[in-house]
Amino acid sequence: MENKAPIVEVRQVSKSYHRGNQTVPVLQDISFDIGDGEFLALMGPSGSGKSTLLNLIAGIDKVDAGTITVGGIDITTLSETDLARWRSVNVGFIFQFYNLIPVLSAFENVELPLLLTSLPKAERRAHVETALGVVNLLDRMDHYPKQLSGGQQQRVAIARAIVTDPTILVADEPTGDLDRVSTEEIMELMDNLNTESGKTIIMVTHDPRAARKAHHIRNLDKGVLNNDAHL
Amino acid sequence: MHIFKILFKNAFRHKLRTALTVLSITIAILAFSLLRTVISAWYAGVDASSASRLVTRNAVSLIFTLPLSYKEKIRQTEGVSIVSYGNWFGGVYIDEKNFFANFAVDPKSYLDLYPEFKLGEEQKNAFLRDRKSFVAGKKLAAKYGWKIGDIVTLRGTIYPGNWEFVMRGIYEGKDETTDESQFFFHWDYLNETLKKTAPGRADQIGWYMIGVTNPDLATEVAGRIDRAFKNSIAETLTETEKAFQLGFVSMSNAIITAIRLVSLVVIVIILAVVANTMVMTSRERIGEYAVFKTLGFGGWRIAGLIVGESLVITMTGCAIGVVLTFPTAKLFGHTMGSYFPVFNVGNDTIGYAIISSVLVGILAAIIPTYRAIKIPIADGLRSIG
Repeated sequence: MENKAPIVEVRQVSKSYHRGNQTVPVLQDISFDIGDGEFLALMGPSGSGKSTLLNLIAGIDKVDAGTITVGGIDITTLSETDLARWRSVNVGFIFQFYNLIPVLSAFENVELPLLLTSLPKAERRAHVETALGVVNLLDRMDHYPKQLSGGQQQRVAIARAIVTDPTILVADEPTGDLDRVSTEEIMELMDNLNTESGKTIIMVTHDPRAARKAHHIRNLDKGVLNNDAHL
Repeated sequence: MHIFKILFKNAFRHKLRTALTVLSITIAILAFSLLRTVISAWYAGVDASSASRLVTRNAVSLIFTLPLSYKEKIRQTEGVSIVSYGNWFGGVYIDEKNFFANFAVDPKSYLDLYPEFKLGEEQKNAFLRDRKSFVAGKKLAAKYGWKIGDIVTLRGTIYPGNWEFVMRGIYEGKDETTDESQFFFHWDYLNETLKKTAPGRADQIGWYMIGVTNPDLATEVAGRIDRAFKNSIAETLTETEKAFQLGFVSMSNAIITAIRLVSLVVIVIILAVVANTMVMTSRERIGEYAVFKTLGFGGWRIAGLIVGESLVITMTGCAIGVVLTFPTAKLFGHTMGSYFPVFNVGNDTIGYAIISSVLVGILAAIIPTYRAIKIPIADGLRSIG
């Protein structure tokens, strides 16, 4: 696998959580790069800090020290408002529990991020249909989340993540709540997004089978990045 | 999809809870509107009073009379265009519970002075010709089923005896603010009877009603009248009709203040109900708000979602409450017509109800909004699953 220009640069990042008077270090002096179009899997035991690192890269948590640059923008210097705007344009999220809005149909869930844009209704519809077509759920666009299986819900969540054509896709245990067949479908879909659409994907997972689809695996243990394994 | 669709879908996600909250708001708005209408009804006489009319009564108290002989002197006062007079009769129709206002008046001048009581020419002439006749308002006549030509007997309380009257007219109000539940008859009928049965009470007037040529000079005319009777056997107090009516209302100030307070308490109660609903709702959805935030929804948009949902709930309850207010007020006015002859829901009452609902909707959402905005996204997402 050839090395690509980094789209994410993590430099000397540290993060701690406070529980009462106690300070619990989660990440310690982390530095690494993620290339444009790369598919990276972050692995490690529970509490190792992998989800925290993902949240920091995605701009939904703040570093204590260090910098994170995504697409040339140092996101650690952005205000909450600017960070929200940046996320809406640059980051697509895929969660373990899908996190779809239960009162909205598949179509409406996918359309949600587009409500923040100035796109007219017809264009929004075209974008949503394209995204739902990518995840092969056009025939279920009017279904509500409770009418869909876990795998289908996760595909809707992926369509919502890609509908704005973000710079990076972040996935936190995207197969953690799925059976084996659905896991394979989702990982196949993510692999396609990476190889065919060139999406940069950063995925946290416990599942070695899921991690196999990634180009790189990085292990975190007690807040320290250990190795960079190419598959 | 429009953002309003999300608000409505969220608002009715827990149908039973929302239905109960909407029901609470509906009842509260209904109670608030009726209480405000009761207050308005209390002031109906004040609102309907004319700026070009004065009322002259005994300076000591309204229960003391004035001599009939004052009439000519008042008529000759500069600025006076017309003088009428009357007495509170206080008659009872069959039973005390059938209360309505009944007066002995000088018919011709009274009808001239009160053009808001619209009486057909034929009925007017019949009324003026027959000294034992009376005229009643449309509502009063309808309430007791009186028709032209019917004989109605009132039992006198201030003027003892059974008094028979023949109905010669039914007046209609100029507009909805006019009291259509009055009963008035010839003062001469009362006076001539008194001359025979109680001569000492004859030729005595309860109050004079005076028309002025220029409403802007009403205060000066009132002063002239009172000065004319200074140091007389019965000194007068002349005031505008509005001030005269306000004098009656002020006797009930404590009750009106209590009703006002209760109407405010009703608003505070719905605030508590809606706030409770919104706090529960936002606590359950803290994870969803975190998802919205990850998608790029900023603080103002999250606030819009919560405040908007709160407003959808309160305004739904408000709309139903306002719609129900009109038939309920009509029913209430019909039942309590004796005490509130003019019982109309005013635009200001509806305005207050809507403004109160908007304020309740916004205030109830403040704490949930603050919590939803302030919670870190990562913490919010951890509440899911």
